[in-house]
Amino acid sequence: MTSKLQSLPGLIIAGFILLFVSGAFSALLLHSPGFDLAVLWSDPYYRHVTAFSFYQSFLSTLLSVGLAIPVAHALSRRSFFGKELLLKLFAATLVLPVLVGVFGLLAIYGNSGLISQLLGFFDYKLPFSIYGLNGILLAHVFFNLPFAARLLLQPLQSLPVENHKLSVHLGISHWNKFKLVEWPCLRQQLPHVCGLVFMLCFTSFATVMALGGGPKSTTIELAIYQAIKFDFDLQSGALLALWQMILCGTLAVIIQRFSRPVPLTSTTTSSEPVPFCDSKSARCWDLLWISAAAALVIPPLLMVIINGLNAQFLAVVTDIFFWSAVKNSLLVAVSAAFIALIGGVLILITSRSWRLIGLQFRADKIELLGAIILVTPGLVISTGIFLLLRNITDLFSLALLIVIAVNALMALPYVIKTLAQPMLHIAQQYDKLCSSLGMSGFSRFYLIEWRAIRVPIVHAFSISFVLSMGDLSAIALFGSQDSTTLPLYLFQLLGSYQMDSAAVVSLFLLMLSVALFALIEKIMVKNNVVK
Amino acid sequence: MKKILPLLAFSTLVSMPAAADKLVVYTYDSFASEWGPGPKIKKAFEQECACELEFVALDDGVSILNRLRLEGKNSKADVLLGLDNNLMAEAAKTGLLTEHKVDTADIRLPGGWSDNTFVPFDFGYFSFVYNKDTLLNPPKSLKELVEKQDDIKVIYQDPRTSTPGQGLMLWMKWVYADQADQAWKQLAKKTVTVTKGWSEAYNMFLKGEADMVLSYTTSPAYHIIAEQNNQYISADFSEGHYTQVEVAAKVKSSTNEKLADQFMDFIISDQFQSAIPTGNWMYPVTDVPLPKGFKQLTVPSKSFSFTAEQVETNRKTWIREWQSSLIY
Amino acid sequence: MIKFCSVKYQYQQEQFNFDIDIGTGNIVAVLGASGAGKSTLLNLAAGFINPLSGDIQIAGKSVLDVQPHRRPLAMLFQENNLFAHLNVADNIGLGLDPGLKLTRDQKAKVADICRQVGIEKLLPRLPQQLSGGQKQRVALARCFVQNKPLLLLDEPFSALDPVLREEMLTIVKKLAGKHKVTVLMVTHHISDALNAASHYLFVEQGKISSAGEINNLNAENPNPSLRHFVQAGL
Repeated sequence: MTSKLQSLPGLIIAGFILLFVSGAFSALLLHSPGFDLAVLWSDPYYRHVTAFSFYQSFLSTLLSVGLAIPVAHALSRRSFFGKELLLKLFAATLVLPVLVGVFGLLAIYGNSGLISQLLGFFDYKLPFSIYGLNGILLAHVFFNLPFAARLLLQPLQSLPVENHKLSVHLGISHWNKFKLVEWPCLRQQLPHVCGLVFMLCFTSFATVMALGGGPKSTTIELAIYQAIKFDFDLQSGALLALWQMILCGTLAVIIQRFSRPVPLTSTTTSSEPVPFCDSKSARCWDLLWISAAAALVIPPLLMVIINGLNAQFLAVVTDIFFWSAVKNSLLVAVSAAFIALIGGVLILITSRSWRLIGLQFRADKIELLGAIILVTPGLVISTGIFLLLRNITDLFSLALLIVIAVNALMALPYVIKTLAQPMLHIAQQYDKLCSSLGMSGFSRFYLIEWRAIRVPIVHAFSISFVLSMGDLSAIALFGSQDSTTLPLYLFQLLGSYQMDSAAVVSLFLLMLSVALFALIEKIMVKNNVVK
Repeated sequence: MKKILPLLAFSTLVSMPAAADKLVVYTYDSFASEWGPGPKIKKAFEQECACELEFVALDDGVSILNRLRLEGKNSKADVLLGLDNNLMAEAAKTGLLTEHKVDTADIRLPGGWSDNTFVPFDFGYFSFVYNKDTLLNPPKSLKELVEKQDDIKVIYQDPRTSTPGQGLMLWMKWVYADQADQAWKQLAKKTVTVTKGWSEAYNMFLKGEADMVLSYTTSPAYHIIAEQNNQYISADFSEGHYTQVEVAAKVKSSTNEKLADQFMDFIISDQFQSAIPTGNWMYPVTDVPLPKGFKQLTVPSKSFSFTAEQVETNRKTWIREWQSSLIY
Repeated sequence: MIKFCSVKYQYQQEQFNFDIDIGTGNIVAVLGASGAGKSTLLNLAAGFINPLSGDIQIAGKSVLDVQPHRRPLAMLFQENNLFAHLNVADNIGLGLDPGLKLTRDQKAKVADICRQVGIEKLLPRLPQQLSGGQKQRVALARCFVQNKPLLLLDEPFSALDPVLREEMLTIVKKLAGKHKVTVLMVTHHISDALNAASHYLFVEQGKISSAGEINNLNAENPNPSLRHFVQAGL
């Protein structure tokens, strides 16, 4: 009886998503007559672009995950001052606006970065260029190594303490312990971690756009953008977008097939140190990896803060254009996060009501629909929307609305993932009680859900907020002078090598996203505790 | 939900169409920037028309056309300023431009002018610029630059977004014809980076990131006149230099046709033209007097260009040839 | 066999102080309330933690500077005694060589001990395919292939049902007698102690408050806490 009523909101949202996505999709199909993928294959340039997409994702995954293994291993058995902070920073790289990270990397490894200046002091020249494959790999490792290390740390920490004691007791040495005890437990997690990182690198847009440079290091994602923006070749753009969609869908299916995802919990490190046979060489080994990881992650972020306070600061913050970008970014981030949160909650209300009456399959399907964006990159959706609306209206005046919609869709999977379990538990506990008390609708949500699981709700909101704040892929096609967001503005500054102004904007973007994220969480969680 | 609705409404308000007495001109960034001719021209025209002139600055010339094509019939632009002779046929083919009513009799261009859609506003010759104090032995021809002197580092612009970049592509095609793909590969070894627009490339060159940059024979005039600096020289290539005529055109969907016509007339006025040599650092298209520093410049002994139709037919193929030869 | 000489240890607010000498071949039941320090006693002996002061001697030699795996003892925990991803043969083999490079003789030894504890058919299985009793038999088998004179049991059978528990204790008793092994066995079942042990020791607030032969473990014991403990357990 109530379940019918509860099915409605989720179904409406699901309908909207379907309409939105299929509208975009059919626009793509309409623009690529015959849907002839052979055209892509026969063109050496697109063949190269496809191969390069795989090549760079493969190398990025190999480096990120390969190097994350010893880092996670070292972290799992050492406790030291600042470990908690380091792990928080590790978590931050995933939500960090990509271009801020890219700026930090440029400030260190760029042509006029810290290393180049240091070498210049001794009359040496930088032996590598950050533009091209080097830079793409560096940035992908910067973003994904900490993420992978955190994911791999979880199984290592979940090893029972007796296993460690036994290893000590039986005298299983480092290498043997790794081979016999730790590796088998990492191995179960590896396909999932590799799959995730591969997917993130494969669809990476802002990094490749900012650091890729010439045709040699172009990915499919970037080729879609260039076909439309540089060549006005809508047909190739649509075809490439479909191509990207097929590849991502296939990859997603493969990953799903070969990996058992382990729930990502924000584990705090257990206070009890694990016993293991320590030695000087083991200490050096661990120190090497932990400091190497810290040296990868911390300096770029520090450079963003240090470089941000430069002579251009006043010039930038007194520019109306800058404030219009700030305003647009906040508007996009707040609206997208709200829409994603509301959409996610409505879908979950429906899916959990189905779960409670045993319709697991149906519930899985509607939650999967919410995560559809994972196989259709934001740029593909916005390309479709772009082609769909181009002839109907002035796209550039609707830019922000479209960006909000696409960003909300991009944040939806995170909302659903964060809230699915808490929402279901609440319903299992209180559904009968609520209906016996006649509580329903918004007042029930406020009194029960909001009061009880406010922490994950706020967390879902702030994740969506930060992701939308830093996203470049949706705005890239539509951005114009009056609808510039901070990431787009930063991209333009980076593109025209105005490093000082870019530094200021990076700092602002970092502050607005990460600091605001921390602030929201702190205030809301604190309030919750007080009540 | 209640909280979002006003926000959404607000965002549509922000992007409302421009008021009627505002003329929107799409141009490239170096034209509109404070050190370009833009501000001077804006001031002069606004006095004449009692209206507002808004420059929308895009990466470079080709981006102007790309932007117009993306916006289609809903474009906010009234006038495009910064396409060139090579893009004319392709731009006209979009059907988004309309004929001008300007009397072009006063225009003094090497090959004369007769076009009903496009009005030229300046011209020049593409060329590689270098610092004579640091590059002691500059190449004497395009072939020498491409094939010899492996220690030279160059920066040029993307032919898909920039008119100088497209100019180099045509120049290479003119000199190398069928061997252009090989030549591109050779040039790639000397290329520091390919930028989206002219101003990034030129800034990087001035910061010392490369020995030569693709620009114009007239670029040294800026250093001579504005900086009293004679270091920067345009390399004279024996094959001759590719000619560029920069043009403006009216957008068909413009709702400000009167103002647009007025602006098109203004382009060949003395006020506009005299701002060109020391603003855009190009040759004016009418008989306005040239500043002294321009006499120092090397004028190419030979110059050439494809017809706009030739470019239109082959542009896509030639761009793909450039792209494909850079991927290996 | 094993001797604690004024061994002091501190963990957070709790203080421990052990002083005891256990004779060779004894099977000693270690009794006491939860948190009294029974496991701490075993962890000190095994070398997972180190005392602040005092000395621990095994077979007359101090083991304080000896690495855990070089100490002449074997150990069994309450759970997770097996590595979940290694099969039974490998789990036992680890007791002979921590790199799992076994000679033919060592392999024969594994097979032999498995027969003695009745798990010879389980060798290729993974721990998840075993019952609770089978798992502990495998772990016990590993302890005996290690061929150490001292065996530490940290409540390894407490999760098993009474019948199985008795069976396991019989095996322990039999093998300990055969190999002349001294056993230190933490338990909270008085019946286990009475069934299997030759001696007992009672841990109370970080100290050994009573120790003696097993027949003194009864409701008439002079130690009031132990009396209470025994009455509650019977």
